[in-house]
Amino acid sequence: MSTRPIATTRAVTGIPTGRLAVWWIIASEIVIFGGVLGSYIMHRLGHPEWAHQSIHTNTWAGAFNTLVLLTSSLCAVLAHQAAEEGDGKKAARFLYLTVLGGLTFLTVKGFEWRSEIHHGYTLTSNTFWSFYYMAAGLHGLHVIAGMVLMLFVAADARQGRELQRVENVGLYWHFVDIVWIFLFPLLYIAK
Amino acid sequence: MRETTESPQHSHEDQPQTHHERPGFFRRYFWSTDHKIIGSQYLFTGMAMALVGGFTVYAFRMQLAFPGQSVPGWGRVTASDYNALVTTHGSVMIFWVAMPVLIAALGNYLIPLMIGCDDMVFPRINRLSYQLFLISALVLLGSFLVQGGAFGGAWTSYPPLSAKPQYNLTPAGASLWLGAVALEFVAFLLGGINFVTTVMNSRAPGMKMFDIPIVVWMIIIASILFMASVGPLVAGAVMLLFDQLAGTGFFDPAKGGDPVLWQHLFWFFGHPEVYVVMLPAFGIVAEVLTVFSRKKLFAYKTVLYTAVGTGVLSFFVWAHHQFIAGIDPRMANIFSLTTLLISIPVAEMMFVYIATLYGGSIRLATPMLWAIAFIAEFLLGGVTGIFLGSAGSDIYFHDTYFVLAHFHYTFFPIAFISVFAALTHWFPKMYGRLMSETFGKVHFWGTIIPFNFIFIPLFFLGARGDHRRIYDYSNFPDSMRAGMQDLRVLATLSLVVLLAFQVVFLINYFYSIFFGPKAPENPWRANTLEWVAPSPPPHGNFPEGLPNVYRGPYEYSHPDRVEDFWPQNEAG
Amino acid sequence: MSETSASLSTGARAHPRHHPSYVRIWAILAILLVVSVTGPFLGIRTVTLITAFGIAIVKAYLVAKYFMHIGLERRFVVYLLVAMLAIMVLMVGGFSPDVMKHDGLRWENVGAKTEVGRGEARANEGAHH
Repeated sequence: MSTRPIATTRAVTGIPTGRLAVWWIIASEIVIFGGVLGSYIMHRLGHPEWAHQSIHTNTWAGAFNTLVLLTSSLCAVLAHQAAEEGDGKKAARFLYLTVLGGLTFLTVKGFEWRSEIHHGYTLTSNTFWSFYYMAAGLHGLHVIAGMVLMLFVAADARQGRELQRVENVGLYWHFVDIVWIFLFPLLYIAK
Repeated sequence: MRETTESPQHSHEDQPQTHHERPGFFRRYFWSTDHKIIGSQYLFTGMAMALVGGFTVYAFRMQLAFPGQSVPGWGRVTASDYNALVTTHGSVMIFWVAMPVLIAALGNYLIPLMIGCDDMVFPRINRLSYQLFLISALVLLGSFLVQGGAFGGAWTSYPPLSAKPQYNLTPAGASLWLGAVALEFVAFLLGGINFVTTVMNSRAPGMKMFDIPIVVWMIIIASILFMASVGPLVAGAVMLLFDQLAGTGFFDPAKGGDPVLWQHLFWFFGHPEVYVVMLPAFGIVAEVLTVFSRKKLFAYKTVLYTAVGTGVLSFFVWAHHQFIAGIDPRMANIFSLTTLLISIPVAEMMFVYIATLYGGSIRLATPMLWAIAFIAEFLLGGVTGIFLGSAGSDIYFHDTYFVLAHFHYTFFPIAFISVFAALTHWFPKMYGRLMSETFGKVHFWGTIIPFNFIFIPLFFLGARGDHRRIYDYSNFPDSMRAGMQDLRVLATLSLVVLLAFQVVFLINYFYSIFFGPKAPENPWRANTLEWVAPSPPPHGNFPEGLPNVYRGPYEYSHPDRVEDFWPQNEAG
Repeated sequence: MSETSASLSTGARAHPRHHPSYVRIWAILAILLVVSVTGPFLGIRTVTLITAFGIAIVKAYLVAKYFMHIGLERRFVVYLLVAMLAIMVLMVGGFSPDVMKHDGLRWENVGAKTEVGRGEARANEGAHH
């Protein structure tokens, strides 16, 4: 399309523009997820009559998924390392591994939810489950978005183009991982 | 870290790349990534939505003044109609007029020009944000056409009224409204990130932090404020949407939820939101005041720091909207204190503006009239806020017309007075032509005088006990005491006059775009960088190369100079 | 304009020659995960809270420091993120008297308490899954 404006090449703060924008995105996402999780925590502490429903979540599935996301974050940072060395093909390969991790996460979640719904724990069963599906669902949407972005970045990186985006998309992915790091104890351990 | 330059007059970054051939009409005006076009798109959409907002208030005020009678242009206003009109008026004016015009339109148009670069750093995301915004406006307007009609639960959308269709009677409208608001939030988040990153990173060489014009600072602070406060409401909106559509009970006590949570989530955003729109308005006034009093801003750093302070404090006052909702009285104490405190930095800015005027060589061109009117009218809004910030008096005033008059005395200056100042001030730059001063002054007085005759009666009505959102006061004997209905009629007729005078502005604006006298590059002899670009600026903004900056934006009437202004880009 | 590794140096902060191996950090994170899962088996509530949430904070810190390289970033980024977290603390602090607690100094949220009671009664008489 059109050529890039000169504005994009300037970096008065010393942080490249793309990375700076990702930090602002992360900042605004902190308050969004913070709103969800904060509301959940306050509600749960004030409503013992549904808080105990949390006993029915599948801790092993949750723990496995946590491991999966941690591993995918490892792949993301290894992709960044490869990009810094200028090796676009290697970076792309690691990005594809990260996407695979995301896919695994979503698949496990799919089975988990299927089982829970089969047992009668749906969105409207009670407020615990409403929060559970909503919070994990919102997180899942962010995982999907991250995967899509990574595929685009990997396609460019394979041809040695736009390598700085590998780090930027990785930062986003690490943030999504950190959200899950907090979701996991909130939904699966605190029983 | 500064970018080094090779020659003093222009940076080594050369001409903006214009070697692609001129795109077709559609590409240029509807699919452009140029910040000026996108800014204009936001502006015209906002202006169109202002007509919607104006029409809705006309319809329901006619009902209030002449209850039960058919309103010309609408017909009989039923009770459901009334609710939908009131809700639409509030939502549209805040989300689809004030925010897009003040932040998205002016920010998009002015920021790259004022910081001396050729576009925003993410032009395609910029275009996407407008398109999302346009879709949100269409979704909202579309809600009038669905079964049940537009949402009638007030712009604050409290559950259970907003969550349960058997209460609000507009189930489809309620979800469409929520969807439109959520989409608009996403558009503004994207836009805000674009603005902040651009100003942080792409300033002209030599433009230090304190050389940035105040209006740019204000838009940035507003964008950050928006970004930091909207998150909880996005969470809440998702929850409310689930309550409406999926039968969950996030806000339903019978299902283990709590309606007060929504109130908190809403106002945690809702209060910073008013400062999100207030700060850019103050920024515009700063620009106009300095140019037309040929004087530097009395205390640049003070204005900047108080703006930041106001932004921070705005996070600590939200529950003053909930004083009678049954909150813990200790919270009410705290929030009264913080609310009264926040009036101090805002008053500080007003004092700085008055001090800027003092001793200046004042020229009462149309933009200046609007800027001065802003100070006068906003002052009335501000002082009446004191009665509402104190929890004790608020127990009486809450939900009466006193509140309404207070926030219109702040919102109308923000959304209209400062915007008219901005549009008349930057019109020559945007279109290369001049607006008619005569029409401008007629429009000015035809707006300001009726405006006061609308809302001063409403202060009195509120103090006498008139509640908000009442469809027909003749049902309440206490509201039909001597003189009260007359005040309602006075307010309504003044509104009609005010709306009629806006035609003068529209004629002036659109006629002058095509047929106004040609404007020079810098008709107001101002310092800031946008006046260096041609009028109107071409794609890439500065055909002779991006400017360097050598001083602050408000060096007017400097003793070392012959001329009474000193452009930022002039070396030496 | 092609962005190869050459332009990565624009604004890229100086990478230390030695940084802990990313795989090592991953291993530490995995071990912490195991600890947090086994914590509840001890049965002591305080221990569970520490292993669940304390470890979550440590893990988040490790990811931020070693994977996101926040330590190498301009200080402003840290301030920004901390500010957002502070806003969240403010939010929970400001909301909880109304949303979490159902009584306080000289007031009682009778409606909420009734519903909580009703909910508990329903839960008790419902079949256990």
